[in-house]
Amino acid sequence: MRIELVKRPQHSALFSALSPFIALALTLVAGAIMFALLGKNPVQALYLYFIDPLREVWSLHELAIKAAPLILIGVGLSVCFLSNNWNIGAEGQFIVGAIIGSILPVLFPEFQSWIVLPIMLLLGIVGGAAYGSIPALLKVRFNTNEILTSLMLVYVAQLFLDWLVRGPWRNPEGFNFPQTRSFHEFAILPELLPASGRANWGFAFAIIAAIVLWFLLSKTLKGFEIKVLGQSPRAGRFAGFSNARMVFFAFLVSGGLAGLAGISEVSGAIGHLQPSISPGYGFTAIIVAFLGRLNPLGIVAAGLVLALSYLGGEAAQISLGVSDKVARAFQGMLLFFVLASDTLIHYRIRLVGRQAAPAAEAPHGNA
Amino acid sequence: MQSGTNKDNGGVVKTTLNAGDEPLLEVRGLTKVFGTLKACDSIDLAIGKGEIHALLGENGAGKSTLVKMLFGTLEPVAGEILWKGAPVRIASPSDARRLGIGMVFQHFSLFDALTAAENIALSLEERTPIARIAERARELSRSYGLPLDPSAHVGDLSVGERQRIEIIRCLLQHPDLIILDEPTSVLTPQEAEKLFKTLETLRDEGKSILYISHRLEEVKRLCDRATVLRHGRVVAHCDPRKETAASLARMMVGSEVHAVVRAAPPKDADHSPLLEVAGLSREPSNPFAIPLRDIHLTVHAGEVLGIAGVAGNGQGEFFEAISGEALQDKAGMVRIRGKDAGRLDISGRRLLGAAFVPEERLGHGAAPRMRLSENLLLSRFRTDAKSYLTHIGIIRESTISAATRRIVSDMDVRKSSEDPEASALSGGNLQKFIIGRELDRQPAVMVVNQPTWGVDAGAAAHIRQALIDLARAGSAVLVISQDLDELFEISDAIAVMHDGRLSAPVPVGEATYEKIGLLMGGADASTPPTAAMEAV
Repeated sequence: MRIELVKRPQHSALFSALSPFIALALTLVAGAIMFALLGKNPVQALYLYFIDPLREVWSLHELAIKAAPLILIGVGLSVCFLSNNWNIGAEGQFIVGAIIGSILPVLFPEFQSWIVLPIMLLLGIVGGAAYGSIPALLKVRFNTNEILTSLMLVYVAQLFLDWLVRGPWRNPEGFNFPQTRSFHEFAILPELLPASGRANWGFAFAIIAAIVLWFLLSKTLKGFEIKVLGQSPRAGRFAGFSNARMVFFAFLVSGGLAGLAGISEVSGAIGHLQPSISPGYGFTAIIVAFLGRLNPLGIVAAGLVLALSYLGGEAAQISLGVSDKVARAFQGMLLFFVLASDTLIHYRIRLVGRQAAPAAEAPHGNA
Repeated sequence: MQSGTNKDNGGVVKTTLNAGDEPLLEVRGLTKVFGTLKACDSIDLAIGKGEIHALLGENGAGKSTLVKMLFGTLEPVAGEILWKGAPVRIASPSDARRLGIGMVFQHFSLFDALTAAENIALSLEERTPIARIAERARELSRSYGLPLDPSAHVGDLSVGERQRIEIIRCLLQHPDLIILDEPTSVLTPQEAEKLFKTLETLRDEGKSILYISHRLEEVKRLCDRATVLRHGRVVAHCDPRKETAASLARMMVGSEVHAVVRAAPPKDADHSPLLEVAGLSREPSNPFAIPLRDIHLTVHAGEVLGIAGVAGNGQGEFFEAISGEALQDKAGMVRIRGKDAGRLDISGRRLLGAAFVPEERLGHGAAPRMRLSENLLLSRFRTDAKSYLTHIGIIRESTISAATRRIVSDMDVRKSSEDPEASALSGGNLQKFIIGRELDRQPAVMVVNQPTWGVDAGAAAHIRQALIDLARAGSAVLVISQDLDELFEISDAIAVMHDGRLSAPVPVGEATYEKIGLLMGGADASTPPTAAMEAV
């Protein structure tokens, strides 16, 4: 008895739709086993993890806060991944977007006007896009592997931020805490519904970005170009599309959106720069993009699911006393199962029973 | 591809399968179903010892499905395979090899950077020192007349030589049955003749050969018996020598194949040059590419110019240069309708009225995982931007669907659903769509690389006729092909590409297979033909 993968003649529409749900279910099962091994009641743990955070309005706001950067980055990454550009450095673009976007309130705190916030958002986008253009340039000019360069630039960005907030940008009135001065009121991203919770305009940006990119990808020539170059670069060249320009386009879009996510997070949820401004949003967004089937609307849903894993992780830490690393473990399992389930789109599983050994009676070749 | 001179080449041993002989391989009721399509529908076939058995059929007739079941890469859903009288199950290619079935594929699986002997070593299951493999390969190549240097790097070898590696690799396993899939499609007439000699030697030693081809003349010349498939069923077992090419074609297609009609161009027709190439040279873009050297050619309105040549002599590089996928150094190197196009990209050249069909259908001419309608947009989003796109770049799906339907019906493209992915079509049907996509524009200049490679007889005739009609309507058509029959059928003149150089075109009235074949082998026009024959 063995298991075989048999290639389907055409990809399965059913499993394209089902795959994320299979992955979610398998993640829950594996999660239950993990909690059981940790000596916790799996049912209670999963309840606390995935259901409890959804029962209060204020915690739905928290969910939106966590989901906003994941969705913003995830939809940008979908453009990258669809065009076969493996941008693993969204975390770095997020950080640089936050840094560049924070120039005004940190270095020019006296300049207070309604125009400050739009400029900050714009600078955030520019910063993220500029940082994303580095691996793009290296790929186009020197044929480097963008996975390595974009990933390494994440650590550069993290250390640069660390140095900034401990050194030149440290708040002079901050009792030597490693953080910048707090943003003034004109530099704070307003809340969406201040009456019920903290969710800010970042979530609205995320939804708008998802809708715009969904339209771009599914209805326009640009989206067609992205998909053709990603699926068969040679056919793309035959069509007359430029792969070099697409590399820049993909990195600029995803870098810009990651930068917007970065400045939105800092000016909305945190209010100043500090050594760590992201619990790994840029990396988790990779999972979000794939769980959402690289479809911007799917990514909205996937972003909410992954945001829940952050909230659940915090809740589980408090009420079960498990490590916050559990959230990372969940995210890792989810990505693993998503990629595994995607196999079913192009392959079907066949169980092969034991049969008579083939050609047993035939004489052996004498090669 | 065999000219009349080869037909009466005698000396072949006639072996028919007598009722008393036990066949080497027998297939009974073999069936394979893909979804709702019966690719092979209860196929019966018997191959005797020491016979060359042809498997004929159009594309999509089930030839490759049948062969894949015999070679263990596909599993039949019903029916049985008998090997030397005993039922066997062939679950994998290594099972097939153990039984004594060897296969030479149409597309070679060789590593360019390794030597011939190293490539052979990779496919052998036991561990044998390379030196011994080289020794055995050298012996085989001597005794079968397959000249090959085992220490040569595959990247430096011609396609014919690569095929010899595959054949020797196959022979090293001492097969009783050798399956050859379209083996002559990449050879010059002279090389093909050598291959036939080798196959006849093998047959005389008692080995059996299953010979897959759609070239009827060579089947008539070489094969003892033939099995004809159509739509997954056996329609005839016959003796190809007693049939005519036309009767074989009729069996394959199921109806009369219309001979291509090449009307003389109208006398008063405009004869202005539409495609001019002057002094085109190109450095190789990778270590295995062929440099182009100082190519000159002109294609006039109303004319079909054929470019013959063995694969891998720069045709691909030439196509990329003409199409604008690779730009030229000087704008004047390529001129389309009198305008300098050398610095224009492929879209710019299309806008001048040119259309291009590359050799590879999947992955170059079409994106495999995209629908036909999307693949229509692929090559026409610039030339038909006004009708296919809004001014801000939104795709007008209904217009494109209508155009797709028009092309599908004009070219008689057979497909399983309304708008399937390109990879779901058979090779011939996809090629008809890709050619139709360009013809639909009525291009002034049409450049086609391998218009009917792997396409069945019916579809090929359709495509060739369409190309001639386009030329007679006043366009310039440039056809790059390795199929000499095709070029003689449709061209007004034939030039030959060899090692990145292009010969002067020979008007088709003056061209003979021998003359073109020698040029394909690299003979200079000035070299005496006998010397060149030795070199082949």
